[in-house]
Amino acid sequence: MALDAKIPGGPISEKWDRHRFELKLVNPANKRKFDVIVVGTGLAGGSASASLAELGYNVKTFCIQDSPRRAHSISAQGGINAAKNYPNDGDSIWRLFYDTVKGGDFRAREANVYRLAQVSNDIIDQCVAQGIPFARDYGGLLDNRSFGGAQVSRTFYARGQTGQQLLLGAYSAMMRQVAAGKVQMFPRREMLDVVVVDGHAKGIVARNLISGEIERHAADAVVLCTGGYGNVFFLSTNAMASNVTAAYRAYKKGAFFANPCFTQIHPTCIPVHGTYQSKLTLMSESLRNDGRVWVPKNQGDNRKPDQIPESERDYFLERKYPSFGNLVPRDVASRNAKEQCDIGKGVGETGHAVYLDFADAINRDGRDVIEKKYGNLFQMYEKIMAENPYEAPMMIYPAIHYTMGGLWVDYNLMSNVPGLFVLGEANFSDHGANRLGASALMQGLADGYFVLPYTIGGYLTGTPKADVTTGHKAFDESEKQVTDGINRMLAIDGKRTVDDFHKTLGHIMWDYCGMARTNEGLAMAQTMIQELRAEFWENVRVPGNTADFNQSLERAGRVADFLEFGELMIIDALARQESCGGHFNEKFETEEHEALRDDDNFCHVAAWEHTGDGQEPEFHKEPLVFENVKLTQRSYK
Amino acid sequence: MTKTINLTLKVWRQQGPKDKGRFETYHAKNISTDMSFLEMLDVVNDQLTIDDKEPIAFDHDCREGICGMCGCVVNGRAHGAEKGTTLCQLHMRHFDNGDTIAIEPFRAMAFKAIKDLAVDRSALDKIIQAGGYVSVNTGGAQDANAILVPQEVADLAMDAAQCIGCGACVAACPNASAMLFTSAKVSQLALLPQGMPEAAKRALNMVRTMDELGFGNCTNERECEAECPKEISITNIARLNREYLNAGFFSRSI
Repeated sequence: MALDAKIPGGPISEKWDRHRFELKLVNPANKRKFDVIVVGTGLAGGSASASLAELGYNVKTFCIQDSPRRAHSISAQGGINAAKNYPNDGDSIWRLFYDTVKGGDFRAREANVYRLAQVSNDIIDQCVAQGIPFARDYGGLLDNRSFGGAQVSRTFYARGQTGQQLLLGAYSAMMRQVAAGKVQMFPRREMLDVVVVDGHAKGIVARNLISGEIERHAADAVVLCTGGYGNVFFLSTNAMASNVTAAYRAYKKGAFFANPCFTQIHPTCIPVHGTYQSKLTLMSESLRNDGRVWVPKNQGDNRKPDQIPESERDYFLERKYPSFGNLVPRDVASRNAKEQCDIGKGVGETGHAVYLDFADAINRDGRDVIEKKYGNLFQMYEKIMAENPYEAPMMIYPAIHYTMGGLWVDYNLMSNVPGLFVLGEANFSDHGANRLGASALMQGLADGYFVLPYTIGGYLTGTPKADVTTGHKAFDESEKQVTDGINRMLAIDGKRTVDDFHKTLGHIMWDYCGMARTNEGLAMAQTMIQELRAEFWENVRVPGNTADFNQSLERAGRVADFLEFGELMIIDALARQESCGGHFNEKFETEEHEALRDDDNFCHVAAWEHTGDGQEPEFHKEPLVFENVKLTQRSYK
Repeated sequence: MTKTINLTLKVWRQQGPKDKGRFETYHAKNISTDMSFLEMLDVVNDQLTIDDKEPIAFDHDCREGICGMCGCVVNGRAHGAEKGTTLCQLHMRHFDNGDTIAIEPFRAMAFKAIKDLAVDRSALDKIIQAGGYVSVNTGGAQDANAILVPQEVADLAMDAAQCIGCGACVAACPNASAMLFTSAKVSQLALLPQGMPEAAKRALNMVRTMDELGFGNCTNERECEAECPKEISITNIARLNREYLNAGFFSRSI
């Protein structure tokens, strides 16, 4: 199938305006005739639900948590980018666009990124109007800070809890629509299938996580805002319930999965310290504004950090990248930390950590200034590590944090299955092979507040209205498939727990499809995953039954999907014979160990089509055309 | 330093809202003191699964203290005895070898039992639906810097806005009141210029809804403030009372 991204014509700065004018509108009186299902209530799902309901659509919104306020966007710490240029330091829409395309190592779609930069300013206006208490300077104006991959201060923040505040803003807007009767909220539901009728998405099948009942919901369009798949690695900074199931089941129903091997390893996380560990905790990238990353100059130097004199420390990011210093993009910072540990300069009990040191900043600005900026992060660090980061440097190590890959969408954020829209981290469109800090919040809210409300109208008016009810045979088939899958898992009654399988999968993914990849390793990992998957279906132990609040069963379904999806990531990584951003194949590196792209052969989006269980997926290509940004070797020196 | 400890757990087990529920005893062995409380429960659940018993149901998600999904009463204290800490951030280094730990769900009339340690806190969403927002639609907002907000006001609003909606304040209150939760949202929005136009209506509607949902009254016990994992101050309740009284006396909208 030819992939048509439906990018509007004209100069890049006029595409979105032109497209908005050309999109057909739904008459206000007709909007109430359309039902829209939104799955997920993070920044993308929350903002989309609220905005669509305000326009008059009937919205049914689903989330797996007990309340829509708990979606994992809430954990985002550092901030949200916008091209406001309030600090007068040279920012512009064009610069935010350029930085994002470059930061993504030239593997994102230009037109989408430009639009993202364009609407970024509207997001800040909207959020302030909602009563979000962003940080302010003494005069009462909004404050900004810097983030990786940029040389301007364009990041708006609310202490170290920006994601929480933005999410609660979107959640409040949605609660207002619940009160108005325009959003019907379904918490503790897990979407287990997309229902497709005559090629169009017409509903979902979901499991009520309290009663175990399988429910059917029909609509005129389905919007997936179900986040990323970082938990395929078991240990990640994602919340425990974050999963690929909704996106993966859509893939099995015909939606293409784009660039699944593009995963982001965040450089500043609290290091792994035990086999029992259930998740990793991020320390915001904003800390790199004031923290200096270093290791001892000499291998195996296990003196305490305060006993290592200045002359025997290697501030390796500042040394290698003098112009960006500690604020290089995440993929670059992560790889460099790994490189230092691999050559034996890592610190801490495991040797898998580097220092992030605030001593200079505290001496320069005073402890109270640092406390005001990062207090909650320092406190979190101390709780987990039982060490005071005001006195001793933090220890950090990279961890899986975000996934740039996702379901393929066109410029309208619609997948190749008509009527199935995908927003936020769940789609692939804006971050290329590496996402810059403070851009995920921006994208989630851009998609939900300012893009989908326009583009969904174009689909709904352009499509003959087919009133599909939940009695349709496509719902019967979906429900049967879902129920059979659940019963099959419960019947195995094997010896290994779900978590045990998940941990094994995570180790395989981290070792062979993590920060550095090789063709041999990937090929080996593919076989290992196939074997593990086969064992899962013979030896997993899922206690309890389906007509109940059964958390083991919930997890089992998610892990079963990860066990298939992990292989798709590896297939994608093997097909992409180049290095770019977060995808680093050791065969392709520059002399300075930076990612070496192959623009002649791989300047494209790889979109995979499901062809049947156990079959190789089919590859589809969307060539990436760069008309406004020149393709260069990324340099942060 | 990392060490391991052995514990006896008395865990509340309840099949569903109709079941009466009871404490069951479990032994948690070789628990690393670096584990979080929830990781300790994971270990217990793994063992229960292997032993062909049903694992303990408990809510949790982000495990970094911000989503508000987790929360139990541990030895009589919501989220355990550590100050300013959610259950997921409570580490086992705060317990001693041989300790017996009682683990119960958050109990309140407005929180219906679901199973074991999991309860239904959707009543908190209903309080927000009654007015915990600024009535602005998407689009058309003026420039974000058009209205200045003094830094101390923004800071106070942020202090209140940090509430994670976990319900510990309700569980800790002898009256099962949701005043701290409600006042945090009322305060955040009443402090900021954007929230002022609706401040009176908001306070009245949110308090009325809170009462209707079966939450108790505030009698200044201050347990909520002591147990709040985000250390939300009860000065917010004073601010709510002020807003409420102002609304009652001076507003034409009641």
